[in-house]
Amino acid sequence: MQKRVTILAGVAFLLCLAWVLPASGWLNPYLVMIFMYVGINMILTLSLNLVNGYLGEFSVGHAGFMAIGAYVSAILTVWVLPRPWAPWLFPLVLVAGGLVTALAGLVVAFPSFRTRGDYLAIVTLAFNMIVKSILENLEILGGPRGFLGMPRLTNLPWVVAWVLITLFLCRNLVYSNVGRGLMAIREDELAANLTSVDTRRLKIYAFLISAFFAGIAGGLFAHLLQFINPRSFSILKSTDMLVMVYLGGVGSLTGSLLGAAIFTLLLEALRPLGLWRWVVGPLLLILLMIFRPHGIMGFREAPWLRTVSREP
Amino acid sequence: MFPIIAQNILNALQLGSVYALIALGYTMVYGILTMINFAHGDIFMVGCYLSLAAALFLLGLPLHLPAGLIFLGALLFSMLLTAILGVAIERLAYRPLRQAPRVSAVITALGVGLFLENFTLAILGPEPRHFPPLIAMTPWQVGGLSLTLLQLLILIVTALILVLLDLLVRRTLMGMAMRAISDNRPIVPLMGVSVDRVISFTFALGSAIAAAGGLLYGLAYPVLDPYMGIRIGWWAFISAVVGGIGNIRGAMLGGFILGAVEILTPMVLPSSTYRDFVAFSLLLLLLVFKPTGLLGRPLFERV
Amino acid sequence: MTPILEIKDLWHFFGGLCAVADFSLTVQPGDLFGLIGPNGAGKTTVFNLITGVFRISRGRIFFRGEDITDWRSPRIIAAGLARTFQNIRLFKDLSALDNVLLGASARHDYHLWDALFHTPRFQRVEQRWSKRAYELLARFNLTRYAATPARHLPYGDQRRLEIARALISAPSLLLLDEPAAGMNEAEATDLINLIRDLHREFSLTILLIEHQMRVVMNLCQQVTVLDFGETIAQGPPQEIQQHPRVLEAYLGREGNTSEQWPLSSNQ
Ligand SMILES: Nc1ncnc2c1ncn2[C@@H]1O[C@H](COP(=O)(O)OP(=O)(O)O)[C@@H](O)[C@H]1O
Ligand SMILES: [Mg+2]
Repeated sequence: MQKRVTILAGVAFLLCLAWVLPASGWLNPYLVMIFMYVGINMILTLSLNLVNGYLGEFSVGHAGFMAIGAYVSAILTVWVLPRPWAPWLFPLVLVAGGLVTALAGLVVAFPSFRTRGDYLAIVTLAFNMIVKSILENLEILGGPRGFLGMPRLTNLPWVVAWVLITLFLCRNLVYSNVGRGLMAIREDELAANLTSVDTRRLKIYAFLISAFFAGIAGGLFAHLLQFINPRSFSILKSTDMLVMVYLGGVGSLTGSLLGAAIFTLLLEALRPLGLWRWVVGPLLLILLMIFRPHGIMGFREAPWLRTVSREP
Repeated sequence: MFPIIAQNILNALQLGSVYALIALGYTMVYGILTMINFAHGDIFMVGCYLSLAAALFLLGLPLHLPAGLIFLGALLFSMLLTAILGVAIERLAYRPLRQAPRVSAVITALGVGLFLENFTLAILGPEPRHFPPLIAMTPWQVGGLSLTLLQLLILIVTALILVLLDLLVRRTLMGMAMRAISDNRPIVPLMGVSVDRVISFTFALGSAIAAAGGLLYGLAYPVLDPYMGIRIGWWAFISAVVGGIGNIRGAMLGGFILGAVEILTPMVLPSSTYRDFVAFSLLLLLLVFKPTGLLGRPLFERV
Repeated sequence: MTPILEIKDLWHFFGGLCAVADFSLTVQPGDLFGLIGPNGAGKTTVFNLITGVFRISRGRIFFRGEDITDWRSPRIIAAGLARTFQNIRLFKDLSALDNVLLGASARHDYHLWDALFHTPRFQRVEQRWSKRAYELLARFNLTRYAATPARHLPYGDQRRLEIARALISAPSLLLLDEPAAGMNEAEATDLINLIRDLHREFSLTILLIEHQMRVVMNLCQQVTVLDFGETIAQGPPQEIQQHPRVLEAYLGREGNTSEQWPLSSNQ
């Protein structure tokens, strides 16, 4: 009970902070921008960790999901909704983008019934490439030049709110029969089937929810940059997400938050290196994998995210 | 009609040759380590740049070497150095991860690929480089077909490499050890060959062949940039998967199929920008309906 | 009375290898039934066919009168049939408690919605099953391992944890695949007693594969003997021991010196 009160107070405090800091000008716009990127990356990392960390599959195409969320929500605010309504309907726009993305998640979920491991990784990769290629060939959406005209609806309070929502739902999911089942599939899919875990249903859940949040992140991204093009959602973006997941730690919510924050801030900090920044990043990744293959928090969780022990 | 089709088949063979050569590296490493070496496309890129460097150096000498000699020099130089690069990557980045979870190795491979791309970019800058025309591009007309010396050379060199590789894998001790490891047969220690040496050899071989592909590609499509390995690498990778990853003949077959896909797409669909879409859709369908690829073996699990 | 398990004319091939040939079996409720035979006889394959691991091409399987031949594994298990594995297949990085809870995965009757929002219904169901899981851990003397990853349990405890995982869903039929494999004499004796107790305590029906003949002879009321996929004998253990083809199957290939020799070790 006490824990719950503390957490609620923390959430309220964070939201206030996210609202006050930029509005009062204490935080310069550049830093606000970076914090928003950190938040969006946290959502992406949590989403990808569901599939790669908990389900134990290896998705290398998550940018494909992000792209769908970004384009769908952008289409809604640019073409469908009257401009004055957009700020009020922004959460619904994001949810709509997320839902369409979740449907696209099924494209990967169904092959995952039969295909596993490296082959499923290739399916996700193909998915990413196909989404990008379709967007490049859709002239109506600007083709390779991209799509623009979105109002700037993403702000720090929204980002913080969505990070908290994502964290809340992912955490609840992980500590439930569904989360246990996902981890059972990761450990031994055949044994899971033979202990009555409905592996097919759980895989659908995992991909639906993971895709949903990737779509939300895409929507936030589109309404932050106000410009998207297919190249922003290439396999390189997917690789960034992988790095964040494996940096923070697979199978860990705390790790997802840490990984996203460290990766985003580190890349900013390395900016003075110019082109060499992109050399240092991969090098750090390689060293990380060699010396800490499970990432910072692999399979561990901060106490405030865990459920209380259920021992009677 | 016939000459157009024949011409396109010829073009597809030319491109497919390069894909096949690179696909071999993916497939051999997968066979030995069951690891997707995502850096392989970038190893190809480095091979391409190394052959460019060698060709420019030899052209710059005041000896007026014949083109054939320059070609051979560039080929040997880039194959050797790229082989060393491949072995070094395995030693430094992959070997420490042999006992680690499998995904760590895959992530590391992605990291190595990014490293190679960005390192090349940081050193050489983003401007594309141009390959000097070594081999005559003037086409001969043969029965309505236009054929260049370069095309002929690409086909011959590729065929030679494929035949030599097949012999090597089937007839030599090292080749037999490679096959034994990829079939999971525990006879390697008996043959007096250490597993580490076989793995190093595989990386050397795969990288050298990719470098040969790099030279041929550079001659045929003479604009090089540090990110060229990404797209070609992916296509070669699809080739390996389509043929059945882990299977050497499958990689060759897959390479030619993907070459055909790339050449034929603009003939059927409105523009060549659909080629990624076609290739990856093909891959997706194949994986859903025949997950092991055309020539791959099915796996089964013990209960 | 409908038999709890009825297998009719079951065949299975691996490529050209005939692993199970024309296999039939009827298990009545309350039976403690033994399935024996030399290594590679096809016993595990029969379990795999019953539990939907392999697709069945010829033959039918009925569970409590229902035709389960074409069902997928989770559905078969959820219908009240549970099994263990010859090579232990626990979820090694999950805690012993989670392992047991997973056995009741299909019985967690709440929806995705409840899981996402931890609704009162979620709380109720989770509480019920974790209480039951702790009871089972206590019954198997594993309580101290509740939070320990399964891989850190001693071998014998892992075997028993697997049985606990199978029992939490209150199955009506339990399939045990060589539960005493890898155990020493004393441990095996304890296990025999445990299985006998469980059989009574949970009013279970048990189908048991065993290599150590002593275990089967002490426990089972009915035995079926497989060899090269074929059923060579069926009946109570005393009769089976005298059966000429059984003697031949064991003696002919393995000699009477080895521990494998099943009949001599029957005390
Ligand atoms: N998944 C499989 N693929 C191919 N052959 C198998 C497979 N499983 C078992 N076999 C073969 O089927 C036969 C029966 O095996 P099994 O049922 O495990 O025997 P048992 O459990 O009686 O020792 C053996 O010859 C074994 O090699
Ligand atoms: Mg067996």
